[in-house]
Amino acid sequence: MDDRPRPVTLEEIEQLAIGAWILGTGGGGSPYHGLLNMRTLYARGTVVRLLDPAALADDDDVAVVSFMGAPLVSQERFKDPRTIARAVRMMEEYTGRRFRAVMAVEIGGGNGIVPFMAAALLDIPVVDADAMGRAFPEAQMTSFAIKDLPCAPLTLADVRDNGVIVARAASWKWMERLSRKACTEVGSTAATCKAPRTGKDVKEAAILYTTTKAIRLGATVQAARRAHRDPIGAILAAEGGRLLFRGKVRDVARRTTEGFLRGTARLEGLDEHAGQGFELAFQNEWAVGWHDGEPRVTTPDLICVVDSVSGEAIGTETLRYGQRVSVIVLPAPPILLTPKGLEHVGPRAFGYDLDFRSVFAEAAR
Amino acid sequence: MRRIGIDVGGTNTDAVLLDGDRVERAVKTATTADVTTGIVAALRRLLADAEPGARRVDAVMIGTTHFTNAVVQRRDLTPVAAVRIGLPASASLEPFVDWPADLAALVRGGIHMVEGGHEVDGRPIVPFDEPAMRRAARQIRASGVRSVAVSAIFSPIDPADEQRAGAILAEECPGVAVTLSHELGRIGLLERENACLLNACLVELARRTTRAFTEALAGSGLDAPLYLTQNDGTVTLASQAEAFPVYSFASGPTNSMRGAAFLSRLDEAIVVDVGGTTTDVGCLRHGFPREANAVVEVGGVRTLFRMPDLLSIALGGGTLVEPHPLTIGPRSVGFRLTEEALVFGGPTLTCTDLAAAAGLVALGDPARVAHLPRGLVAAGIRAMHERIAEAVDRMKTDAGDVPVIAVGGGSFLVPPSMPGVSQVIRVAHHPVANAVGAAIAQISGELDQVFQNMTREAAIAQAQRLAEERAVRGGARRETLKVVEVEDIPLAYLPGNSLRARVRVVGDIARR
Repeated sequence: MDDRPRPVTLEEIEQLAIGAWILGTGGGGSPYHGLLNMRTLYARGTVVRLLDPAALADDDDVAVVSFMGAPLVSQERFKDPRTIARAVRMMEEYTGRRFRAVMAVEIGGGNGIVPFMAAALLDIPVVDADAMGRAFPEAQMTSFAIKDLPCAPLTLADVRDNGVIVARAASWKWMERLSRKACTEVGSTAATCKAPRTGKDVKEAAILYTTTKAIRLGATVQAARRAHRDPIGAILAAEGGRLLFRGKVRDVARRTTEGFLRGTARLEGLDEHAGQGFELAFQNEWAVGWHDGEPRVTTPDLICVVDSVSGEAIGTETLRYGQRVSVIVLPAPPILLTPKGLEHVGPRAFGYDLDFRSVFAEAAR
Repeated sequence: MRRIGIDVGGTNTDAVLLDGDRVERAVKTATTADVTTGIVAALRRLLADAEPGARRVDAVMIGTTHFTNAVVQRRDLTPVAAVRIGLPASASLEPFVDWPADLAALVRGGIHMVEGGHEVDGRPIVPFDEPAMRRAARQIRASGVRSVAVSAIFSPIDPADEQRAGAILAEECPGVAVTLSHELGRIGLLERENACLLNACLVELARRTTRAFTEALAGSGLDAPLYLTQNDGTVTLASQAEAFPVYSFASGPTNSMRGAAFLSRLDEAIVVDVGGTTTDVGCLRHGFPREANAVVEVGGVRTLFRMPDLLSIALGGGTLVEPHPLTIGPRSVGFRLTEEALVFGGPTLTCTDLAAAAGLVALGDPARVAHLPRGLVAAGIRAMHERIAEAVDRMKTDAGDVPVIAVGGGSFLVPPSMPGVSQVIRVAHHPVANAVGAAIAQISGELDQVFQNMTREAAIAQAQRLAEERAVRGGARRETLKVVEVEDIPLAYLPGNSLRARVRVVGDIARR
């Protein structure tokens, strides 16, 4: 273990953007703008450092950050490093304690890069960890919630210098409702600093080393592309994943309900899956997959849909007819597979009357 | 109605004269560096020995890849002042942020960030800072930059700030060209702004080119209105189109697909256009190319504007064939085919030679390819057929069998049958399908906007009404308008049952 945070290169952040988009499991929004922000900051000489969570003292304070809102809005109102830094400062003023480091609530999608944007301005390191190991649509779907850590306070900042503090919330669901309301008021995009965690909390309840994992995943894809090797095969080999289906998109049905993008996608098999069908259901992220009508894979296993040639991740918002895609599955963090974890993020938490059976458990039998 | 269609490509300038639905004449000439000379030559041949009465035409439509080539080759570009309205939001990523450095260095002529812009639900982010806009306009005037690109946050939902900025620029910088981003496109500030900047850096070239077209027409003794073809297969009066050169970026492949539809009388089909270097495969829906929904890069710049959804593969008549082991492409002899290919007495084995040896086409001297081993010819043809069949399959819109229309000078490479294809259609005049596509173009109007608190039906009806207004303003006859595309996407997270609706209508050109 190295107590000193290590500098992260811009190349690693480019890799993080690729890996985080894959770990987004269809949701979380593209990390492209976050990457552009980091390129701009690095061009000015900034270097962000990454901290091994084991190096945290038990009583260190860690800020947990993310942008909240609609992916469409952030295509016009870009995620701004200054706003996320402001949310963190607001929390420091509220609690009267200084943060030792900052971390992501979700490594998947655009939020995987957000702690780097905050760290660049606050001059504190990023902890190599998150609270999902992927992306999920709701506030209670974190390892911190699974471990029954407090959900409040939360600070929310917008670009006009509006600030909201949710001092208390009766439950995670209430925290989701109250903060969502404020977020909508300020234009459906806002920087948030979630309930602060101690070093002990992070070491015991966070999902560790996921930043490194995302960087490694991106590096694997980049290296395979450069060598003209199959990036999907490389991902599967490096991460212990499995290929479930190779096909083309035949139909996508999307609808917005209760503030989420829900729907289904049907794939028609190609190559070794010719003549077979695969159906995917999503709520922002991919939730369940059926192979020829039989449930094949469910959350929290990481269901990733990637371009069959480039290995680039495809989001639930951008999937469209005719694309050649591969459905791959990567192992979920163990905490999500506990009975308590499955209550929060298993198929029933998404409204599917299915028992969770990991693709990997079945492989081991 | 008699119409002339001209396609100015990188290699050839093609022209056709259409009388009603009949192709009366078609010619192919070489494109010239100044463009005009090639057009004059094409028109001279098209109208040679025509009766004086036959010179009477109702309209001339020109399609060109001139503007795309300018960006790709980094030439003839004007410096642009970028005005972004949206502070304090989106300040962290400034205009030009994701441009290739060489192109940005050529085009960047100052960046001006102003407070204003709108929320997704139409509220202002902050009030538009008009005094700051006026200060920016004066700086632009002092800097001598002659073209300005204005983009405001969520301007496709509310364009008021961009319009007001345009008025201020007109007052403070008379004669400066102004491009407003909401006129170009969709939601996605960076990509819309990029399209706006590209447009602004081409405006001067577009004016010059349009003037050259007009002079070429006058020099040929033609007195007819001049239209420029657009990416979506429709046309706009040249006097209006010159303000929006980016709308002509992809008109080459679009025209060839529209021409294929016209010549085959099919509205729903896959079009395979085989040239000397590449094969473009596109999908016709209601007689128009299906548009790409994703990010399209032009000269390394990400944009989101209207472009046909095309799959290009490196396979054409001039594509090189390596016998051991059998490798086809990606390099091509291109326009030097008639000097390089074996069948024309050259030293290079090309796809055209394999096709000639297999008897698929009668070109050059067949004796020059008689020595090719039969096994090589058969394996080469099979490999080409498989690549085209794979590309066709990728572009299909549904699982049922569809017809394929084969066009272009290398269309003899298209296999006679393919899996999932009902029939392969070869049409007369296919080598000038692009000029035919230009000649038959209609006027379009499009609307792409977010609607809130409306039923899906009401939102689409409203979008259709606005699209029709745009088409009529562009010169279409109202009673001929019909809807060619309706698309709606529900939007995640937004309040009030938000829906993004896109409607496109087309109609015939109003007679003058």
